[in-house]
Amino acid sequence: MAEPLTVARSSGGRRVRRLGVLIGWPLARRLGGAVFVLWAVATLTFFAVRLIPGDPAEAILGGPGSQTSPEALAAVRAEYGLDQPVFLQYLAQLGRLATGDLGRSYALNMDVGPLVLSQLGGTLLLAVLSLTVAWLLALGLATWSTGRGAMARRIGSGLEIVAAALPHFWLATTLIVVASVWWGILPPISTADARGLVLPVLTLAIPLAGFLGQVMRESLTTALESPFVLSARARGESERGVLWRHALRHAALPAIGLSGWAFGSLISGAVVVETVFARPGLGRTLLNAVTVRDVPVVIGVVMVVALAYILMTILTDLASRLADPRPTTNTRTPGGAQ
Amino acid sequence: MSAADAVPLAVPMSGRPAPALRVRNLSVGFGSQTVVRGVSLELAPGECLAIVGESGSGKSVTARSLLGLAGAGAQVSADEISLAGESVLGLNESAWRRRRGRDVGLVLQDALASLDPLRPIAREIGDSLRLHTKLDGAARSRRVLEVLTAVGLPDPELYAGRLSGELSGGQRQRALIAAALALDPPLLIADEPTTALDVTVQAQVLDLLEEIRDRGTAILLISHDLAVVSRIANRIAVMHDGRIIETGTPNEVLGRPTHPETRRMLAAVPVDKPRGTRLAPAPEPLLTPEQTAGAGRLRVAERPSAPATEVTSGSPGAAPDARTPSSPDLALEGIGLNKTFRGPHGTVQHAVDDVNFSLPRGRTLGIVGESGSGKTTTARLALALTPADSGVVRLLGEPWSVLPEKQRRARRRLVGAVYQDVLASFDPRLSVREILRHAVAVAAPDGRDGANRRAGEARVGALLDDVGLSAALLDRRPTDLSGGQRQRVGIARALASRPQILICDEPVSALDVSVQAQVLDLLDELQRELALTLLFISHDLGVIQHVSDQVAVMHAGRIVETGPAEQVFAQPAHPYTEALLAAVPRLV
Amino acid sequence: MSELEITASAAGRPGAQDAEQSGRPAEAARRPRINAVEIAAGLLALLLLTAAIAPQLLAPGDPLAIDPLSAFGAPSWTHWFGTDESGRDIYTRVIDGARDSLVIGVSATLIGLGLGAVLGTAAGTLGAAVDFTVNRFLEVLFAFPGLLLALLFILVFGPGAGSAIVAVGLSTAPGYARIIRAQLVRVRSSAFVEAATVQGLSRARILGRHILPNTLAPLLVLGTLGVGQAIVWAAALSYLGLGAQPPAAEWGAMLAAGRTYITSAWWMSFFPGLFIVLTAVCATALGRAIERRMRHA
Repeated sequence: MAEPLTVARSSGGRRVRRLGVLIGWPLARRLGGAVFVLWAVATLTFFAVRLIPGDPAEAILGGPGSQTSPEALAAVRAEYGLDQPVFLQYLAQLGRLATGDLGRSYALNMDVGPLVLSQLGGTLLLAVLSLTVAWLLALGLATWSTGRGAMARRIGSGLEIVAAALPHFWLATTLIVVASVWWGILPPISTADARGLVLPVLTLAIPLAGFLGQVMRESLTTALESPFVLSARARGESERGVLWRHALRHAALPAIGLSGWAFGSLISGAVVVETVFARPGLGRTLLNAVTVRDVPVVIGVVMVVALAYILMTILTDLASRLADPRPTTNTRTPGGAQ
Repeated sequence: MSAADAVPLAVPMSGRPAPALRVRNLSVGFGSQTVVRGVSLELAPGECLAIVGESGSGKSVTARSLLGLAGAGAQVSADEISLAGESVLGLNESAWRRRRGRDVGLVLQDALASLDPLRPIAREIGDSLRLHTKLDGAARSRRVLEVLTAVGLPDPELYAGRLSGELSGGQRQRALIAAALALDPPLLIADEPTTALDVTVQAQVLDLLEEIRDRGTAILLISHDLAVVSRIANRIAVMHDGRIIETGTPNEVLGRPTHPETRRMLAAVPVDKPRGTRLAPAPEPLLTPEQTAGAGRLRVAERPSAPATEVTSGSPGAAPDARTPSSPDLALEGIGLNKTFRGPHGTVQHAVDDVNFSLPRGRTLGIVGESGSGKTTTARLALALTPADSGVVRLLGEPWSVLPEKQRRARRRLVGAVYQDVLASFDPRLSVREILRHAVAVAAPDGRDGANRRAGEARVGALLDDVGLSAALLDRRPTDLSGGQRQRVGIARALASRPQILICDEPVSALDVSVQAQVLDLLDELQRELALTLLFISHDLGVIQHVSDQVAVMHAGRIVETGPAEQVFAQPAHPYTEALLAAVPRLV
Repeated sequence: MSELEITASAAGRPGAQDAEQSGRPAEAARRPRINAVEIAAGLLALLLLTAAIAPQLLAPGDPLAIDPLSAFGAPSWTHWFGTDESGRDIYTRVIDGARDSLVIGVSATLIGLGLGAVLGTAAGTLGAAVDFTVNRFLEVLFAFPGLLLALLFILVFGPGAGSAIVAVGLSTAPGYARIIRAQLVRVRSSAFVEAATVQGLSRARILGRHILPNTLAPLLVLGTLGVGQAIVWAAALSYLGLGAQPPAAEWGAMLAAGRTYITSAWWMSFFPGLFIVLTAVCATALGRAIERRMRHA
């Protein structure tokens, strides 16, 4: 009776080693890459905002045209370090970012760091919930529409195309009209409770589900036609078993790879959704800051979003490697077409 | 196949055991197309019946209908299909599922694709047990190890937890067979179980199947290869165009074939056929008289002259003489070639290890070896596509591999190449006409398309003629051609520059044996007419024996033996060559 | 098949009498036929193009004509899509807005594709150093997911329709660049490029004759698929007040104008949005139809 134990032990040992090879070295490289990307994002944004016409000191004191004394301007320049040479300002900016100091808002009388942190939670919650719901919707549609004939497949694929084409702002207003104005079952603006989350999450999840579904459907079709599925059927596996034990895992691989990109697109979508549903969060903060040209807040939000996006791509990369333990890893490219 | 005198279904166990499989008058159609027409089979326990046919003959569909897996949209009809004495005609899906794996197991061709690449093999093998028995996890793993031991996988405890991608080709195929045998079904259907394997591994897998058969399992073996099945089959059924055209013992079918199609298939097998022997029948029956009139000039027997081609040596009337080198010059010469590749995690693979070869003009050097032996890398070194780590290749006595690509380019027209995956070697946007026109234009001295449009067009026509293709195919895309036609276009392209040397890397490996025969005949003819020098690379010893003057046997990057073909094949000097030759399936 | 064999052997050589693949239907039959979805998408595209080029053919009225008496009219026989807060006819405005929306979408896509093609081709052809640099650069741009890059651009250059076009083009460029580079790398290492080398073609001619045409062939598909997305993004910017400004009849701007009246006049937002969705679906369907044909060409 020792054999099963031996199997368990040896395969367990192998698995640990494999995890080390799969995750350790790539992870280190990814983290190095992440630091580089963050530095580049900071640099790019720093020099991009230099291109904004006008005097930043004036912007701080209420925008161009406002009556400001030269003394006040000079004081502001000294306070924000604007009287220094550009390169020194850049170094100072990098130094501050490295210590987590995101500067001070021009428009709101507060530090950017705490402001962004206070808004981050709501947006992350929204994004994570939407990603989950989108996965469930896509999986549900894919499993429903396979093995039911050509008509079901066509309906499924048509639904995915339409869903992927739905703009957030239109879907949001339509959902509000139907669910709040006509039926009155859900609040039109996002309240703090769970009911207030339903419409925003659906708004973000449905188009994403369309994208993920299209990707899944393609790989699902390939998997279902592959010889190992024929082998499984020849073993007496049921269609359901074929789907759950074999095909879905293969179908999920590319969609897992896309989830990092999906997360990014959700954060971008949050700009619209948080605005429509009057929901506090990073997106709305960003939009307001762009509208009033509150440069430090924009940079702060961009840095945090870039960081979150990078962490998420690392996570999905690890998830991909776990879901696909094959040693020959073909390079999965996140992103692709929008 | 006399189904009439078989035991009727009503009395299954009267004295003699029920046949493991009995099929009467099976027909399978897809839409308006019938692919299996009235097939009858009977298979006793412990017997191996082989169905042999070329692709499209309906053999795989026959096998799959016996599992109820003919595919969506298939219309299956039969007077009888019974497994182990029980009729399975008209079973519903769930009843079929209960039988699959338990009453009949299926082994497919490519084990890498036929085992779920994301699951350890133990899980795949255990699935049959999970589906058909109430064994608990521990009992299942015990049984999995038992089966893995039974199929001769060394160290089953170690391999059970691995993914199929982490096993070698032979181990993988054993695991796949183990998955089919987990419940010890009375019938095993093996669909091309050795096709993707190296010849020595193929021999081991065939031995394993024989062992399984001797333990009492009935085996239905599906293959395209008569020689392979003759090794273990008790009876052979030859399928053609959806029908069984001939059955009998291997001796009967191979020794006294009655059907012309069987004879054609046997004649196409190149093993043990001397050089210059035609493998495919001459095409006369297909020609209408007026076509024959214009076509005669290139027929082998009566080739009076070859106006479209430049015969530089030998007299056209005495074709075999063209093979004798007109000068002792070497066409191609490799000296001390080495090439290593860096693998993952710092491993170094010595793909080509101190390889030397010399190829006299007008001769054929065959390089044979199993996968990973370095023969394709050798071809790439000879084509100067990959720089060697050390060593040089000389072309017609002059430097070749050491030249910078710019200088080599002008001489590239001297060397043509024919590839295994010929479709991939064509730009997908181009038609046959454009492919050949480009090739002709590159080879033209001025190298410009527009310079001599009419001459170019004429040359394209002549090339097509040379390779036996009709001008009607000119405006097709290669994707619209059959495999044999594609390879002919590939050869025409290689000939466009009037090369002196043709480097052929597995040119017939993707083809059916009868198409392979035609392409080999074509290459042989072209070689005589154009006094070509051939470097011919193949994994198939039969093909190599048939085409080569000189043979080099490669193993693990080295040439382990080289010499005249007759000598190497008759008296192999190296143990590896001996082992290879012993493993080659031969027609009995 | 048999006809083919006979012609094949007519030249006097033993012809290609292949028995292989006889179970496969003729290739011509496998070439995709035009299906109902494609016809519908084609008709819709025609309608949208007509609306963009000659809106008066479909809606003869003046999109800016106000009629305060019939403000906030629900959809009816006189006003199919209802009227807005100034009594302007939504149908006329939606048709009239097709031009702006399409122009914005197509220009943004062209900018994105153009930048993507330049970056992707440079990365794939100019050697390892350029490839490395471009790839790192793209990685950085990908860290501004979705509309973030567009928002940053608008922060710097201010809002407006022109800004929105460039901003959306910029945001889509990294994706295109990556696809084009991947395609180029695939083509570059393909067997037919190697075959061309063996034939003795120079690098420049291989690049021009084989690599670039095969790399850039999918651009048509990418562009068609991308127009829908670009229109959606540009409309999102307008909706947020950063793109085209009211009273322009651009669909996103109309939606933004209708936002205030969601509860009382849903049609003000619904119909412009519906046309965005229809355009995007139409673009996807057409893009896929082209893709299918190219794959089988």
